[in-house]
Amino acid sequence: MSIIYALLFLLLAPVAGGLIAGIDRRITARMQGRVGPPILQAFYDLGKLFEKEKVVVTNSQNFYVLCYLVFIALSGALFFGGGDILLVIFAFTLAHVFLVLGAYASNSPYSHVGAERELIQLMACEPIIILAAVGMYMVTKSFYVADIAASNIPLIVFLPGLFAGFLYILTMKLRKSPFDLSTSHHAHQELVKGVTTEFSGPTLGCIEIAHWYEAIFLLGFVYLFFSWSPVIAVIAIIIIYVFEILIDNTFARVKWPLALKSSWLVTAVLGILNLAALYIIGGFLK
Amino acid sequence: MTYLSKSPWLLHYNASSCNGCDIEILACLTPMYDVERFGIINTGNPKHADIFVVTGSINEENKDVLVNLYEQIPDPKVVVAIGICAASGGVFRECYNVMGGIDKLIPVDVYVPGCAARPESIIDGIVKSLGILEEKRTAMVKGIPVKPEMNTAVREAGTE
Amino acid sequence: MDLLFFLILFPFIAAIVLLIIKSDNVRGAVVGVSALLIAAVSVWLLAAYATSGTVFFPVSPEPMGEMMFLIGMGIALFILYMGVRYKNYIAIALTIIQSALMVYFEFGISHGVVPENNFFVDQFTIIMALIIGVIGSLICVYAVSYMKDFHKHHPELKDRRRTFFFIMFIFLTAMFGLVFANNLAWLFFFWEITTLSSFLLIGYTQTDEAMKNSFLALNMNLLGGLAFAGALIWLASTGGGMELDKLIATGGIIALVPAVLISFAGITKSAQFPFSSWLVGAMIAPTPVSALLHSSTMVKAGVYVMVRFAPVLQGTTPGYMIALVGGFTFLLASAIAISQSNAKKVLAYSTIANLGLIVACAGIGTYEAIWAAILLIVFHAVSKSLLFLCVGTVEHQIGSRDIEDMNGLITRMPKVAVMMLIGMAGMFLAPFGMLISKWAAIRAFIDAPYGVIFVVILAFGSALTVFFWAKWMGRLISVPPPAEDAERRVSPTEWLVLSFLAGLMVLTTVLFPLISSYLVEPWLLTIYGHVTLLAQENVVIMLIMLFLLMVLPISMLYYRKDHRQVKPYMGGMTTTSRMHFTGSIGIDREVTLGNYYLESYFGEQKMSKIGIPLCVVLLAIMFAGVAVAGLMH
Ligand code: SF4
Repeated sequence: MSIIYALLFLLLAPVAGGLIAGIDRRITARMQGRVGPPILQAFYDLGKLFEKEKVVVTNSQNFYVLCYLVFIALSGALFFGGGDILLVIFAFTLAHVFLVLGAYASNSPYSHVGAERELIQLMACEPIIILAAVGMYMVTKSFYVADIAASNIPLIVFLPGLFAGFLYILTMKLRKSPFDLSTSHHAHQELVKGVTTEFSGPTLGCIEIAHWYEAIFLLGFVYLFFSWSPVIAVIAIIIIYVFEILIDNTFARVKWPLALKSSWLVTAVLGILNLAALYIIGGFLK
Repeated sequence: MTYLSKSPWLLHYNASSCNGCDIEILACLTPMYDVERFGIINTGNPKHADIFVVTGSINEENKDVLVNLYEQIPDPKVVVAIGICAASGGVFRECYNVMGGIDKLIPVDVYVPGCAARPESIIDGIVKSLGILEEKRTAMVKGIPVKPEMNTAVREAGTE
Repeated sequence: MDLLFFLILFPFIAAIVLLIIKSDNVRGAVVGVSALLIAAVSVWLLAAYATSGTVFFPVSPEPMGEMMFLIGMGIALFILYMGVRYKNYIAIALTIIQSALMVYFEFGISHGVVPENNFFVDQFTIIMALIIGVIGSLICVYAVSYMKDFHKHHPELKDRRRTFFFIMFIFLTAMFGLVFANNLAWLFFFWEITTLSSFLLIGYTQTDEAMKNSFLALNMNLLGGLAFAGALIWLASTGGGMELDKLIATGGIIALVPAVLISFAGITKSAQFPFSSWLVGAMIAPTPVSALLHSSTMVKAGVYVMVRFAPVLQGTTPGYMIALVGGFTFLLASAIAISQSNAKKVLAYSTIANLGLIVACAGIGTYEAIWAAILLIVFHAVSKSLLFLCVGTVEHQIGSRDIEDMNGLITRMPKVAVMMLIGMAGMFLAPFGMLISKWAAIRAFIDAPYGVIFVVILAFGSALTVFFWAKWMGRLISVPPPAEDAERRVSPTEWLVLSFLAGLMVLTTVLFPLISSYLVEPWLLTIYGHVTLLAQENVVIMLIMLFLLMVLPISMLYYRKDHRQVKPYMGGMTTTSRMHFTGSIGIDREVTLGNYYLESYFGEQKMSKIGIPLCVVLLAIMFAGVAVAGLMH
């Protein structure tokens, strides 16, 4: 059963991710008073990328991107297969490290700065993701995604702080303003395209697919907070995603120190308070 | 029909334009014209671009940059020269520092005349270039070399 | 029994031989053969005792005990001499106090106590013996060619290689003695020898800085030694007995006082805050010393005793304080590592950080925590020794140990760079060892009382870890303009050792379920009486990931073909093949890229300013806690 879910993820996540990307661009356009591209635009872009010439700065950069794609897909598959959530997080980090290495490999100024920033973002995001997993464990007594998803406890009630913290870094992970520091989906930014500057054609296509996998995985993570009622969960995911788009269109990009400091502060305050509260409640229940 | 024409990404380079044409290009992105309807994105990165949009004429300072950017764009690619400056040097043609239109250095596929070129004609020019892009793609798949030789003679002359 | 004596005595004999030999080639041969023998016997030890549980070896304390006392006094005299010669009064004072305590112990109170089972072997000992025997001797082999180069690069220094190898092997003896000793007084004897060896090796070059740092290390470790001596006196005077196993089985306050004192000694030896500075200073020593003493082996002695005492510490206030010292050290040392560009310093701080994690696990002392601690010890030893030796080799070839100068090592020294990458991946990436241990540590912490604090520390700490390792990796793999191949000159011995360690790194990851189920779990079963098994499917997933990591590089073959190469995007600037470009007003400039070090956030001074007072306070609470408990007793 779990393998079927994992396979379904591997097959369907790119489709869903691409659709979400298309809808995202459409909504963004509407928010800016434009018509926007077709819903399927993301797939056209992908198709185009695979029709282009293969251009590299150094051959090794493609290898890192391939690893990035494989491990993002793997971590998502583990997640949807109901695996151990900590292991999923570690695989997810591994994947991102590969993306960063790919950016470093080209020895290009823009992708280099992008890589450094991507690492800072990684550093900013990691604690709350781990703490969220720990919080889920404290409530459901299991690290397995399958068990967490199957539990009847409304996690969001017990983990509001961790959820808020997770939302904060979700903006970073979805590469949305104000935290689109290392690369962004928008056309212009000061680092050209940050980590993806030196990737083109099919390689860039692979990164795009990996992004889609990633987006679905992250939304899956959001789902866990609401998993006691699938309907509410889906509605919550939609609201949260639209909210992220709104944030994206209303905020200017911040500097990396602010991104790092604020996300750590949010993690420290909300995360620790939430965990401490859980701990105390747990003590009473015993 | 391939995906290329559904998702053309631009690289816009201001060679030595007076900014008149640039503003018109940017106008294309505004809600009024919204070229993203056609999947057009203005990337700032030659590695991601399909269409090289150039405004202004070439001179001693920017000729290497122009060629460098052109070479960094992966095939298949097309060049669209916007405004009469990019086409021939325009009103600055006689200036001591102006070497002429960009076609002296790189092969141009579409010329969009005007001073400044209007957004409508710019969009028109880009749409026209999509057809050429498709042709180049077909040729590329078939293995026919489409890259016209670059005008090295002028380049050399310019360097002296 | 014979195996034990062989492991303790043979390195000693080899040391004497090496002190006499003058010829380079003979020395190389002696080191090689001895290392091979030591490693082989350590493996033999594994084969012989892996399944036999805890085995005691009654040795008559009579001649040995006296001999140790005499040697101990000799060492004290030597330190006094060094202290007077270099006018280091703290060392003199500490040595005098400690000798006085030991004389009191020997003649005043120890006579009632006659321990029988002075040596023992159990699964944990075997693991430690393997680390010492295999990794330690590999490092000695590496040192042969390294030291030759070292003196070629530093003609101004006196060639004292005979002393060097003498101490290296004496050190192996001491480490073996330390892990086999069941008698705490004997353990202390070996403990002090490791302190002395480290002092002598840090001061190997005898420059002013080296002497200063070696005395720093000496003083801090002597302070720990003092606490250790105090523990012995407490045991002798309360009748707690000298045997480690009985003491731990007894538990209670009788065991807690020595456990805390010895853990304090362990904290100094494994360089936790506020004693971290000696380990950083020790990086002045030649690289094999750093690898042997300060990463893979000696510092492990500190955590070794703490893990031994973990069941006693479990659930006590002093135990929590120790765990907090470890936890904060992990967090702050990881942060400092971000701000360093000196490769050896990064390794030093990462060592301190990882030891901190082990100390935290030991202080928590639950079953899962100790499981994590032991695996951390194993994996850390392997990857850190590999990294240190790689840095040593790189330093000799490119003439710098700065991370920024290692830019593009992947083209200049491809094989070494790949090995370094393996070592680094081992330190922080799934599915390699350290990460498995961190994962286990998270689980251990959650279930422990007040464990949430540690989970938070670990969450932030591992984020920091990712940053500094990944940016270093980035330097290594960025493909810069062509440069000369600097790898040809690396000696075959160094290759041998490096490849062996890299292989070991991967092997331990593959074999870790076996290490866990055949050594760690049975040991924990005897100590804690229960055992939880590793989830099988997670092991499988780990192995799948490892397999992918080994297979994916094959894709490079595909990417070699039909890809057009262009220069990096430079805003349209044309660059030469060496990444030069014409800047404004026609000046020729070179593109140079550097990493972020975030000095203003994670600077050494800034972090130490937080860490040292914090950990001093924690240690004070620890002592206060144990003093209150002791008085009530
Ligand atoms: S064509 Fe006219 S508007 Fe365009 S750049 Fe030249 S001078 Fe300016």
